Amino acid sequence: MAAEGMTTRTSRTFVAGLWHENPVLRLLLGMCPTLAVTAAVKPALTMGLSVIFVLVCSNVAVSLMRHLLKPHLRILMFTLTIATFVTIADLYLKAFLPEMSERLGPYIPLIIVNCVIICRAETCASKNGLWISLVDAVGMGLGFTLTLCVLAAIRELLGTGMIFEKPILPVAGPQGGWFVPWTAMILPVGAFITLGLLLGGVNLITRRTKG
Amino acid sequence: METLQVLVLGFLSIVIVNNLVFTKFLGICPYLGVSGRIDMAFGMGCAVTFVVTLAGTLTWMIDHWVLRVLGLEVMMYVCFILVIAGAVQLVEMYVRKFFPALYESFGIFLPLITTNCAILGLCLFLNLWDTRRLIEAVVLSFGAGVGFTMAICIMAGIRETLQLADVPACLRGAPITLITAGLLSLAFMGFAGMIR
Repeated sequence: MAAEGMTTRTSRTFVAGLWHENPVLRLLLGMCPTLAVTAAVKPALTMGLSVIFVLVCSNVAVSLMRHLLKPHLRILMFTLTIATFVTIADLYLKAFLPEMSERLGPYIPLIIVNCVIICRAETCASKNGLWISLVDAVGMGLGFTLTLCVLAAIRELLGTGMIFEKPILPVAGPQGGWFVPWTAMILPVGAFITLGLLLGGVNLITRRTKG
Repeated sequence: METLQVLVLGFLSIVIVNNLVFTKFLGICPYLGVSGRIDMAFGMGCAVTFVVTLAGTLTWMIDHWVLRVLGLEVMMYVCFILVIAGAVQLVEMYVRKFFPALYESFGIFLPLITTNCAILGLCLFLNLWDTRRLIEAVVLSFGAGVGFTMAICIMAGIRETLQLADVPACLRGAPITLITAGLLSLAFMGFAGMIR
């Protein structure tokens, strides 16, 4: 019975991150990287995977030291823990994916102040055991990555006619084709407006399913 | 004379052309969360300006005079976030001691400045743009704060009016704010290319 309770709790925690408590679409956390790196799917995916790595490591670390934390130094300890793991991720990207690292620039170190990670450390990892914290981190991380990829796919498709750097729509040119890329979509304007409309769409779906 | 020109251009560029909120997407969270009223937005902007100037200057000094000399660039992020957290703590104690009323009205937002990405972002950009002199770092940090204050005040003004507008139900709140921010960033793109 206890084992069954554990399983339902695990799966509920995991699914929460994907939809009900999706960090970007529901909690409105981690907006800066969401807007900045989603001009194309590739950097968005790299960013998402880095966030999953940092989120999982920091949630596990915070969960292990949750009994040692002093209330007033809590946030400082969280940020220092996160900063350590971000340094690891940053050095890894610089060494093995230098091109991506160049393109993402300061947004990788900015994972340190990504509210998603601090929020999970505060609301989940500092109160729950190792297993729940781990599952929560993976669920939240996947939810974040999926949202980033969806946003990036929309912007890349409309902005360049490609997804994952593979041509999808026939771009107008000497060979014919009818699609004229909307350059605005890969500029900051596209980021703000696409995310706004996406949030509106999610609100609409919630309203329909509830009422 | 030449120094002055560089400084003025740098200041204008970071306030208008490379505004952190509209072109670099930094500090979006408080931008969406706080900017409901102009006076609150202005107070928040002032606090951020102070912290960002302090943090930008300190991290530049640490980066150039300690970390690079000792070859400890690996420690950069950890040091930066520690300096920012310290600076915010300092501001919080100062405001609580000397301006208790202001402290009350800020509430939770004051400690949250630590995790404002505009501040860490600016410190990283100072490092990335290879700022050579201390005075440049100070002016750029201050300019970033002014740019943030300007952006958040413009947004607060628009949102005060927006409360009276008839927005479709599903777009109310954050979605319409983001769309407005998109239009604002389109307007700010007009300045691009004014200064290299």
